[in-house]
Amino acid sequence: MSERPKAAPYLLAGPTALVFLGLVLIPLAMTVLLSFYDWGQYKGIVPEWTLKNWREMVADDYFASVFLRTFRIAILVTLACVAIGVPEAYILNRLSPGWRSVSLLAILGPLLVSVVARTLGWALLFGSTGVVNQGLMKLGLIAAPLPFMFTETGVIVTLTHVLAPFMVLAVWAALQRLDPQVENAAGSLGASAFTTWRRVILPQIVPGVLSGSVIVFALAASAFASPAIIGGRRLKVAATLAYDEFLNTLNWPLGAAVATLLLVALVAIIVGSNRLIERRYAQVFE
Amino acid sequence: MSRNGSLATAFHLLFVTFMLAPLAIVCAVAFTPEGYLSLPTNGFSLRWFRQILAYPEFLRAFWASLWLAALSSTIAIALSVPAALAIARYRFPGREALTALFLSPLMVPHVVLGIAFLRFFTQVGLAGTFTGLVLSHVIVVIPFALRLVLAASYGIDARIEHAAVSLGASPMTVFRRVTIPLILPGVVSGWMLAFINSFDEVTMTVFVASPATVTLPVRMFLYIQDNIDPLIASVSACLIALTAVMLLVLDRIFGLDRLFVGAGKG
Amino acid sequence: MPYIALERLTKRYGDHLAVDALDLAVEKGEFISLLGPSGCGKTTTLQMIAGFVEPTGGRVMLDGVDLGAMKPNRRGLGIVFQSYALFPHMTAAENVAFGLEMRDVPRAEREKRVAETLALVGLSGFADRYPKRMSGGQQQRVALARALVIKPAILLLDEPLSNLDAKLREEMQIELRSIQRISGATTILVTHDQAEAMALSDRIVLMNKGRVEQIARPDEAYARPASAFVANFLGKTNLLNGAIESTPQGPVLVVGGLRLPAPAGAGSGPQSVAVRPERIAFASGTAGVSGRVTMRVFQGLHWLLQVDSEAGPLTLVRPNDGSPVPAEGETVALTFSTQDFALLPAGDAP
Repeated sequence: MSERPKAAPYLLAGPTALVFLGLVLIPLAMTVLLSFYDWGQYKGIVPEWTLKNWREMVADDYFASVFLRTFRIAILVTLACVAIGVPEAYILNRLSPGWRSVSLLAILGPLLVSVVARTLGWALLFGSTGVVNQGLMKLGLIAAPLPFMFTETGVIVTLTHVLAPFMVLAVWAALQRLDPQVENAAGSLGASAFTTWRRVILPQIVPGVLSGSVIVFALAASAFASPAIIGGRRLKVAATLAYDEFLNTLNWPLGAAVATLLLVALVAIIVGSNRLIERRYAQVFE
Repeated sequence: MSRNGSLATAFHLLFVTFMLAPLAIVCAVAFTPEGYLSLPTNGFSLRWFRQILAYPEFLRAFWASLWLAALSSTIAIALSVPAALAIARYRFPGREALTALFLSPLMVPHVVLGIAFLRFFTQVGLAGTFTGLVLSHVIVVIPFALRLVLAASYGIDARIEHAAVSLGASPMTVFRRVTIPLILPGVVSGWMLAFINSFDEVTMTVFVASPATVTLPVRMFLYIQDNIDPLIASVSACLIALTAVMLLVLDRIFGLDRLFVGAGKG
Repeated sequence: MPYIALERLTKRYGDHLAVDALDLAVEKGEFISLLGPSGCGKTTTLQMIAGFVEPTGGRVMLDGVDLGAMKPNRRGLGIVFQSYALFPHMTAAENVAFGLEMRDVPRAEREKRVAETLALVGLSGFADRYPKRMSGGQQQRVALARALVIKPAILLLDEPLSNLDAKLREEMQIELRSIQRISGATTILVTHDQAEAMALSDRIVLMNKGRVEQIARPDEAYARPASAFVANFLGKTNLLNGAIESTPQGPVLVVGGLRLPAPAGAGSGPQSVAVRPERIAFASGTAGVSGRVTMRVFQGLHWLLQVDSEAGPLTLVRPNDGSPVPAEGETVALTFSTQDFALLPAGDAP
């Protein structure tokens, strides 16, 4: 570290800090406050303190069911991403450099494509008028279209596709920190390929799997466009519910309460699991 | 030489198919000559691409997105470079807190950010303006820009700058002639990642954009909500083609793995 | 008046004294080494001279001017960093030209001086190469040229050869010495390599835990170490148990069965006696330090023997000149002469 005036870092980071204060902290605080405001169909937003919105969320089972569905979807998406992302990362790491870079393009490239276009692809594949269903029906294999649109399964498959690259990345990063010789070392000591994987490789990439899971879970629980398109108007998740309250019902305070709850729940889960991961693995990894 | 067995190779092929199939189907459907959703079985047709021109709102939204992404990623880089240098170079009270704050938009659900911006902009009179849209996008893409610039800044050997100083360079000259060239790869890739993320952002933008400032992903999202037809497939196909070109350029310049491993969310 | 003077130069990090009231005077054109183990404060001292670290106390004087108020970029010092710290985005010539650009030297003269300096370090054909495409030794030369081209008031070398392999390091030592002689630059070298310090410098400053142990010519410090630390850090040495006896003829050093006249004023009582392995010989009679050979190793140019003696275990080196060498287990008598030992304060064992 160089020794220059103590003010330098504050002068450098100051403008950005001010921007974040004005454009992140204040708006978020205003949203939390908004959730305690009153609202009426005809009177609009009334700046009077009330717990009405929060009480409504607790009292009405509808909200509980939406949040439950949101987290159920997020957990299943996370499990699916672990199931396919971890082996894929391992396979990727063992490919020859040429094949690896081509495969990386194919796996990571979709991350840069708008999530709307990717979700459209699934709708085109599995929609009731979609290619797969049309084809299967033409072949006489099924009588009615497979249910995909407006189902939780559809949302889970789409989100797994959208988020799996993050899992591959996280695990792959962990694999790259591995000493390539440890595998040979385990082999030389008489371990089979499977034992090597389970006893030597897996324990070392668990932190990568866990941090990838946190990322996938957080993004799945706050996903908006895919559940909105595949889930439609009936199958609501927290994000689409907040959207409806804001832009359709125009009940901003209730929408703000939904958003606040989603934010608090997610931050608690992310911070909590990061703590857990750090405490558990701090000794082994730096 | 691959060290994978045949089972692993099969899994790999399935995974890649899984990743690419939805994009492939979008592109295939876009070429259908029919008036409804189907694969082009009776020959390819460009009619749905020509049809885009009949919908000027898609073109308008495309230009709006382009401008928005260019502006917000440039502002985000301008804010990220000094912030990254402060974080990478100095140990100061509040350093960890500031870093967490600057990366926080990755952790806050975009739907929450959208609601917060809508509320805030309504209060300060920026609702529905392009300015508001740019400001909100700057916040959302700063983490991407910051992470890459930060990685580049950590990589600089402070002694290279000391060498320049010892040779008589003033702080400004050191910054211009040594520091900036050294972090340039991080700055450029950070800008590009910020650009792409701004261009693709839909969840937050749905709240902040007005009919006058609507972006391409939002326009597509609203369209799909009403109607899924070959037209939207052809618009998406154009977007996929554009992204593929950028992807190849990025991969050629930086290597995709470096770009993402330094920038993955979380 | 000395050219460079460090006066009670001190650096404190919290409770840790990195450099403790260092005094040093350097003459113009001199080659000085700051030598010591890592953490001894030598690099901190260099950085205080360069201005990258601010002293907690004391000052650095250059030609009678206090450098304290002067920013690092105004001090006009040439520095060669351990990592070379070359500008990776500039060619060798651009690297060397940088300091001249900062001094607004006109282009024509700049080009001439860059070419001259690259020739001086033997890199004439490499002007347009980027550092990444050069070997470690070549990069090292570019770094040296970049520091020399500005005709620095002081040339500061921070472990400049430590990243080179052993053979190249020896070649570069010789070259560095001759380049320094040609350019006449007053040079301060920081190193932990005692062989490098001895080969290159006019004087060595031996540092340990932030303090100066000894400032002396290399041969002087080697022959007469001022402390056990110096004796051990500069090459190998034996520390034997001895004692000074006063006799009517003057003080006498007694080590086992060996009696030698001791320098006047050498106190009395038990002493630590430092003797270099190559200065110990076999005594012809039995009047010497008696001991038993525990190990004998052939090293080509010489024999290395370990002896368990009555004055403590010791190592000695005998040239491979054809004379008989005792075998392992043999009893021997050892001797050395008055000018070959140094007395260290008793109990000053490393």
